[in-house]
Amino acid sequence: MDMINLKIDGLDVSVSKGTTILEAAKELKIDIPTLCYIKKLNEVGSCRVCVVEIEGKRGLQPACVTNVSEGMVVSTANKTVRETRKNILELILANHNRECLSCPRNLKCELQKLCNEAGVDNVYYEKKALRSPVSASLSIVRDPGKCVLCGRCISVCANVQNVGVIDFAYRGPQTAVTTPYEQNLSENSCINCGQCIEICPVGALQEKDDTDKVWSAIDNPGLHVVVQVAPAVRVALGEEFGMPVGSNVEGKMVSALKRLGFDKVFDTDFSADLTIMEEGTELLDRINNGGKLPLITSCSPGWIKFCEHNYQDFLDNLSSCKSPQQMFGAVAKSYYAKRADIDPAKIFVVSVMPCTAKKFEAVRDEMQVNGYREVDAVITTRELAKMIKLSGMDFTKLPDGTFDGILGESTGAAVIFGATGGVMEAALRTVADILTGKDLQDIDYKEVRGLEGTREATVEINGMEIKLAIVNGTGNAAKLLDKIRAGEANYHFIEVMACRGGCINGGGQPIILDKSKTEEVRQRRAEGLYGIDRSKEIRKSHQNPEIKELYADFFEKPGSHKVHEHLHTHYVKR
Amino acid sequence: MGTSVCNCKSEKFKQLELIIAEHKDQPGSLIPVMHEAQELFGYLPLEVQTVIAEGLDVPLADVYGVATFYSKFTLQAKGQYQINVCLGTACYVKGAQLIIEKVADMLKIKVGETSQDGLFSLDATRCIGACGLAPVMTVNEKVYGQLTVDKVEKIMKEYLDTVGRDKNANA
Amino acid sequence: MLTLKQLDEIREKTLTAANLDNNRKGTRIVVGMATCGLAAGAQPVYDLFQEAIDKKGLGGVTIAQSGCIGTCSLEPIVDVYVPGKEKITYIQVNPEKAQRIIDEHLAKNQVVSEFTKDLDFTGQERIALRNCGIINPEDINEYIALDGYKAIAKVLNEMTPAELINEIKKSGLRGRGGAGFPTGMKWQFASTSTGQKYVCCNADEGDPGAYMDRSVLEGDPHSVLEAMAIAGYAIGANQGYIYVRAEYPVAIKRLDIAIAQAREAGLLGKNILGTDFEFDIELRLGAGAFVCGEETALMTSIEGKRGEPRPRPPFPAIKGLFAKPTILNNVETWANIPPIILKGADWFAGIGTERSKGTKVFALVGKINNIGLIEVPMGTTMRTVIEKIGGGIANGKKFKAAQTGGPSGGCIPAEKIDTPIEYETLIELGSMMGSGGMIVMDEDNCIVDVARFFLEFTVDESCGKCPPCRIGTKRMLQLLEKICNNEGEESDIEVLENLAKTIKAGALCALGQTAPNPVLSTLRYFRHEYDAHIKEKKCPAGVCKAFMKYVIDKDKCTKCHICAKSCPTNAIIGNPKETHYIDPELCIKCGLCITKCPKKAIEKTNN
Repeated sequence: MDMINLKIDGLDVSVSKGTTILEAAKELKIDIPTLCYIKKLNEVGSCRVCVVEIEGKRGLQPACVTNVSEGMVVSTANKTVRETRKNILELILANHNRECLSCPRNLKCELQKLCNEAGVDNVYYEKKALRSPVSASLSIVRDPGKCVLCGRCISVCANVQNVGVIDFAYRGPQTAVTTPYEQNLSENSCINCGQCIEICPVGALQEKDDTDKVWSAIDNPGLHVVVQVAPAVRVALGEEFGMPVGSNVEGKMVSALKRLGFDKVFDTDFSADLTIMEEGTELLDRINNGGKLPLITSCSPGWIKFCEHNYQDFLDNLSSCKSPQQMFGAVAKSYYAKRADIDPAKIFVVSVMPCTAKKFEAVRDEMQVNGYREVDAVITTRELAKMIKLSGMDFTKLPDGTFDGILGESTGAAVIFGATGGVMEAALRTVADILTGKDLQDIDYKEVRGLEGTREATVEINGMEIKLAIVNGTGNAAKLLDKIRAGEANYHFIEVMACRGGCINGGGQPIILDKSKTEEVRQRRAEGLYGIDRSKEIRKSHQNPEIKELYADFFEKPGSHKVHEHLHTHYVKR
Repeated sequence: MGTSVCNCKSEKFKQLELIIAEHKDQPGSLIPVMHEAQELFGYLPLEVQTVIAEGLDVPLADVYGVATFYSKFTLQAKGQYQINVCLGTACYVKGAQLIIEKVADMLKIKVGETSQDGLFSLDATRCIGACGLAPVMTVNEKVYGQLTVDKVEKIMKEYLDTVGRDKNANA
Repeated sequence: MLTLKQLDEIREKTLTAANLDNNRKGTRIVVGMATCGLAAGAQPVYDLFQEAIDKKGLGGVTIAQSGCIGTCSLEPIVDVYVPGKEKITYIQVNPEKAQRIIDEHLAKNQVVSEFTKDLDFTGQERIALRNCGIINPEDINEYIALDGYKAIAKVLNEMTPAELINEIKKSGLRGRGGAGFPTGMKWQFASTSTGQKYVCCNADEGDPGAYMDRSVLEGDPHSVLEAMAIAGYAIGANQGYIYVRAEYPVAIKRLDIAIAQAREAGLLGKNILGTDFEFDIELRLGAGAFVCGEETALMTSIEGKRGEPRPRPPFPAIKGLFAKPTILNNVETWANIPPIILKGADWFAGIGTERSKGTKVFALVGKINNIGLIEVPMGTTMRTVIEKIGGGIANGKKFKAAQTGGPSGGCIPAEKIDTPIEYETLIELGSMMGSGGMIVMDEDNCIVDVARFFLEFTVDESCGKCPPCRIGTKRMLQLLEKICNNEGEESDIEVLENLAKTIKAGALCALGQTAPNPVLSTLRYFRHEYDAHIKEKKCPAGVCKAFMKYVIDKDKCTKCHICAKSCPTNAIIGNPKETHYIDPELCIKCGLCITKCPKKAIEKTNN
């Protein structure tokens, strides 16, 4: 490989051709600050925070997109660079609504960190909010006054998710990231995935905060407030309290929820197992009875909305199963209400989700059971952390609690729902047992695991070849569906998760301050989930005793009429 | 609702489809299509942008981003008489500011606005390259040069008289 | 498809038929019909001549429209070439004058000398403008007649691409649109790779007060087409794009015609002049964004996106339009190419100075007597340009400064008038060549106001991509507005300088990096004027309204009441036959009353 020799801050370094100055500096343990830059996603060189001086060049150059060349002499922090960088940050700050103390991103804000490190000590330009007011959809809040126009959200929305509902508009000082005609995100094809929130360096994009709703339910003595927690929450929540990435905090989380005052603390993992029962049955039914194939999973509400907008010819391919969140709500307000002898009207179901799209899913018209809303409030992992902090709990020292029955038991198959490929693997475990009629022991389907955006596999079970595809990120889903449309690919079963990496990287998960670590964080959160799976005694959904009880007691069998009334849904063209 | 209006509108949309079809395979076709669409409709309302977005398979947000970036594209209908006063340097140092203020005053609109009756719109424009005749303004395609406040008053009065007469004729 | 031989035949035939030949048999009439000519009323004049030729059967007389000869303020201009006689130029021709020219000059061969003017081109040398005002831009044959498409024929038949690039390098030609990068080098960079490549023409002439590109496109569009094809051959590209301002309808029309004619003649398209060489050109219209004159922004715009610049490197010659190697030159640069090929690099390099070769076209505008386009050898002094060619300052006023380089340039003060014009000298003076606008200012122009004007322009035209330009220039403008509004503080200057430094070092594109120049150059030469605004609380030129008040001289006032009637805010108090005075509270200082007062009794003075 061609090696390039250069000098950075007086130190010699040799890197391969095509390396950027930013990366070359990293080799020397020099961290050049960046703001707009996200590797491979937003390489635009626009924020100018990473500027460095290159001997013989006029002006300063952005380290993030400037490739090294032989004999280059770079200064990353000389007087000119320091002063320019500081002044540029001052300018950005001058145009930023500096409400740091009341901003949800306080202490998790990249701009705050940069300004602190660059020694910005004075913003002497007048503060002026030039831009439009805050606007909120059911999932996402946009505050243009805080936007630094880095363009990351635009890139992720258009290039990763293939959604593209936001872009730069206007020009010069009026430039803004906006939707056409400033329409609310709820009025267009936004899928509420919240990936824009995750990538935003500041507080210009946030989840719609629903903690007040939850607090007032808890404070209402007339309500029986139950909470369910999605799989991916338990391996990320700890980050909000300074714990290592990927720590499994299930027990502490359960304790915290109980202390917060929920009447019952249940597990979405339980309804994930239920989903497998239904979806597995549906898959076998479609394969055996000439149903529409491929069957595509329906757990991810961002993906569902994406499909409803852009791939309407695939709506019949979507599994009719409600998502685990909604199945939980449906069961809570029917089966649980009956068993616990509580008026369903008095039951208030709260979900803690890694996801902002779940807020939208919960209010979809179809998501009702016997006339009751299945889920009454959805909060994200971040919002739960906020509630715990507000309550003054020392989270890291909490004892481990256990979920309440009869909707709290779960299997290893359920917990891996939180990572891409998990639903597929969970389904395979159950389907294989059904097809073979055995209790198979070799149940690690490693071929469907991993964080790549698109994966394909063929598994043979009892002589039946099942062709599978797993995609994460709606952009990858779009590519796969285009191939199917074009007749270039076909499958029996496809798992789609709207977010890259699956729910562990959902739009409601803790913010990763150092974006260069995103990949690593995903990896560790996923490992956390697979670790829980390994440690579980029961690792197949159909062996969950509470699920068996549920069918015996209430639903009779998967796919029954009652099941369809409660747990299945339909989709609409948008 | 006059059906003729509807027909004419849908007729224009048919033409827009043709424009899109003609440019679809050309690299970088968005801006040429938007130029022609604006020529056709006089401006680029949301419906037109939506058709272009779908036709060229680009997100509407991108079309809107382009439409708001370039000052030639307008989201609002312009007046029957589009008055552009050049505020290029050559014109500016020769007093174009007084000219544009005079026009604004006579039309009783601000720069960038269209009169309520939809007859006049007034904009400041960048250099139109007729610096030898500075200060200059254009009314639709017609260029007026070596303007003075008096001269512009006379020119505008003629236009006002013309539309005044038209109004009476219609009444 | 044309062959070389046929090209020669067209040349010979047209020279005779259009009376372009020096040994012409018939009279040739040329009417200047560029934007300036048309705006001044050239069309009815042309029509009248045409009608006379058609009806009266003025045997052998031919008529052609042409581009601009350069003296815009004298338009409409009509040139009459009678066989065996010197060319006669009529200026400011209207239909009445035209009728007399027809009746007297054409019919009786009596020159109507009261309408003529000897245009003085002393000190000028026309290379880029060689055909402007002479040939009919809408007739490819007239271009061919004056050696058009001979250069492409020469390179296709006699030169390898490497030899061609060497010739351009040897000529010393540098880009005429901005920083003056050597053209041959650019071509060489792009020639090293293989595969799809593009040739672009930057005709998005945005500098206010500059219109040489418009003039070339309106007067000699084929010279650009031919040059682009030559570059296509040099680097191995088969597709060209001309990105032209939508504000130039006449230029667009003539380019459209020229491209169609060239295609029909087989001078664009496949197998040009019977060779294997293929090259075509597509026209793309700008949409009103100054920043698209920046090369990377221009290419982004051709790609159909918001015209935002991209960081360089990678340079366009490596990764340009549609991510392919691309060369981009501006109109004037292109117009220089065919003569270089035909007359040789040495000839071109013999003109100009050591560092800057050839000529440069300037749009000489503002407070100067001879407004118009000029083309002078590099190294000509500002004094020659302003005093000799420009005829000095209008209305006997004093020369204060010349602004060059547009919003990226600066103001060159009167004391530097003996500076020879070269790329480097202008940069040393804190300005730059830019595309060649030269706006002359006199003592009535306020230098702080001019700086504010340019910053306003920059802010308006900033693409908004990078914070230094998007936010920094806005802050600079706010400070300048503050100073012009009589609210300036001494510390403002320091803040301005600090901002300027940050923007220069940190902005993404050349436009951002040079945006502070108008402020820096005026601070350098006219600091006293800033100080006057801030410390002495006055605007010496009497421009900034906040410092001014309007008063009526009682002794001169004849109480005619005309001023009061003209005042838009009724600030002038007094009935007819009474002494009038101006209420400073109501006065918006629009200056209308001054222009109206028949006795010049109203003055504005510093507070």
